Amino acid sequence: MKRFLKPFQQTTGLARWIMLIGIVIVFLFIIVAIFADFIAPYGFNQVEVDGVRFVKQAPPGPGHILGVNDQFYDIFSRVIYGARTALEVVLLSIILSLVIGVVLGLLCGYVGGWVDRCLVFLMDAMYAFPSLLLAIVFSFLLSGLMKGSGIISAALSLTVVYIPRYFRVVRNTTLSAREATYVEAARAIGAPNRTIMGRYLFTNVIQSVPVIGTLNAADAISTLAALGFLGLGIQPIDASEWGYDLSRALDDAASGIWWTGMFPGLAIVLLVTGLTLIGEGLNETMNPTLRKRRFAAIVLPERKPKAKVAVAAEVVTNDIAESAYEEIVDDGEVKP
Amino acid sequence: MSETVTVPEAPTAGKADVILDVDHLQVHFKLRGAGLSRILGREGGIVKAVDDVTIALKRGEVFGLVGESGSGKTTLGRAVLGLVPITGGLIRHQSLDGGAPVDIASLKGKKLRKHRQKLQMVFQDPHAALNPAMTIETQVGHPLVIHGRAKGAELKAKVKSALEHVGLAPAEQFMSKYPSDLSGGQKQRAVIARAIILEPEVLVADEPVSMLDMSVRAKILQLMLDLKQYLQLTYIYITHDLATAKFFCDRVAIMYLGKIVEVGPTAEIFAEPRHPYTQALLKAIPDVDPSKMVPRDLPRGEIPDAARPPRGCSFHPRCPLARAECGWEPRDLKAMVDEHWTRVSVEQFEKEQALVGNLKELNTDKLKVKLEPAHGGSVDELWTMFENIRTENPEEPLWRGVTRMEKVKDGVVIEFAKPAEIALHPVGNADVSCVLY
Repeated sequence: MKRFLKPFQQTTGLARWIMLIGIVIVFLFIIVAIFADFIAPYGFNQVEVDGVRFVKQAPPGPGHILGVNDQFYDIFSRVIYGARTALEVVLLSIILSLVIGVVLGLLCGYVGGWVDRCLVFLMDAMYAFPSLLLAIVFSFLLSGLMKGSGIISAALSLTVVYIPRYFRVVRNTTLSAREATYVEAARAIGAPNRTIMGRYLFTNVIQSVPVIGTLNAADAISTLAALGFLGLGIQPIDASEWGYDLSRALDDAASGIWWTGMFPGLAIVLLVTGLTLIGEGLNETMNPTLRKRRFAAIVLPERKPKAKVAVAAEVVTNDIAESAYEEIVDDGEVKP
Repeated sequence: MSETVTVPEAPTAGKADVILDVDHLQVHFKLRGAGLSRILGREGGIVKAVDDVTIALKRGEVFGLVGESGSGKTTLGRAVLGLVPITGGLIRHQSLDGGAPVDIASLKGKKLRKHRQKLQMVFQDPHAALNPAMTIETQVGHPLVIHGRAKGAELKAKVKSALEHVGLAPAEQFMSKYPSDLSGGQKQRAVIARAIILEPEVLVADEPVSMLDMSVRAKILQLMLDLKQYLQLTYIYITHDLATAKFFCDRVAIMYLGKIVEVGPTAEIFAEPRHPYTQALLKAIPDVDPSKMVPRDLPRGEIPDAARPPRGCSFHPRCPLARAECGWEPRDLKAMVDEHWTRVSVEQFEKEQALVGNLKELNTDKLKVKLEPAHGGSVDELWTMFENIRTENPEEPLWRGVTRMEKVKDGVVIEFAKPAEIALHPVGNADVSCVLY
């Protein structure tokens, strides 16, 4: 665990702030999603309270702090529940595509041969499609197959889009890692293939996966919203979905009703920004070519004539070797 | 040992102290052709990384495999552990437990993995041989876990003892560390600890000190000698460094292009090297004596292409003592003409090249070639050119292998001597494969 956290502690100014801001934003959305039932004043598909209908397209004000939209839904409640939908779908799709993509990538990279060729061909074919087009096709197919479970079918159609990304990265890193001496050493001590894949390759090839994961999550939010906007995602009675609300708000904008589109749109932008910031921050810390290590400032003690002073300096040399040396500096050599 | 494969008794089975009997071992790799030929389905060549090698390894000895890069010594070492596909021959392992000898070359899958408990390897690059994502404790103990031989407190105790045996003491200080926290020498000690924790019988050490600092080398070698005493190990020590081989080995085999050219007791080989290649290698050892600073007759040129090794003795194109029957062939003539051109003026080169063309007809296995003048040159000109090359350096060993050079109507015919059968045969206390003895 300590080893896992090490890169985070070593981030420098910008990367650290980027990641911190991202984490705060995403954390807020997670809190909102979990406690949606307590935060939202109304249900996401509630159109009346005590038998009284909400006023259609009522502007923000008391009772409806973000107003009411053209379907008599309370916008604030829709935005809150929308966070739950978005996070549910994205989490599910990321986990599924991560597991499938990483396992397939590892297998292909290690086993090679015709299995590898077939899967690489398939994945490349999938990768060649624009991701939105692929998601549209699959959500169209899946919504026919799985009636009534909008969230799962949306998550599955996003999964299909993202599997090739993990697959490619993991397969390529596995291809180079399997030639490494430590893999041969594992064979030499008699490790079976599954041990080599699980204990020797897995831990060394998944290093870039968290970065792709968070960046894909941001991408998935916008793809999900795009699906909803096109009316292919989750139906309004199943769950609240920002993209759908945006598409409904399209006509309102012309007539000066800004609040129906503004708030779902803002929610999408914020969450995507938050996730992207985390991804970029992770990239800066995990990617050795971008990473800048923090150098501890060397504090020299005040100059005392004719005295030998030991200066402890934390010298971080490079990626591989990092250790603290104690540097004994002759006082005569220390220039103020 | 009911699972092991029994093999026919070796002819050398009478010697009870032979632990590993490598018998006519071949490791050939198929080359994949380049782009176009692969599309057209043409086969690439074959690299004979290990070609017909026979060694009998005695129990408790340190056997050195010495050779240049590309001589096949590492491949031979890896073949002993079954880490490379073996294309021919046998590797009989007579285990200490007294069972029937096991042929490693024919073991596969689970049986091979199980058998590797008795044969372990130390790798050249300690920085790459350890899994960067595992603590030292986990990786040194992993062989025991894989073979289900220890767990829990027992495992920890064994790891501790192995680490202390290789000089990583106090062990607790190293157990929770990752490889990146250790120095090169410490990593190599950890690699050795991982290899000895299974208590193997044979340890293949593939250039174990070549990546280490000079100051650490001697310590690691001494450690390996101590471990040999303690664990009754038999070593195969692979190296290109003759100095360490002289210090470390009981017997050495000199390898060249996949074949053993000379094998014998270390003292004998170093005192009286017989094969010209061994002599050349020994001359290349740096010496502190300033009068011997520049060795004058190092072998010429580079180690040849392993995909097309020279005919006869593989060393003949570089050998200063080569004779007629060493296996001269048309390719050598081309190399010689190329070399001749490096010494002549530009005008002469252009003239001569226009005369002989691209020398494609020399790219053959035949003993007799006919060269025709290209671009309208005359046979006489071609003949004079070869005569000149010959008189320029009549001592060139190639000419010893040319039995006939004759001017015919439309070209020049050059015929080479028939190569002799060259195999390892006893000379003194050693075995040498050279026509000189």
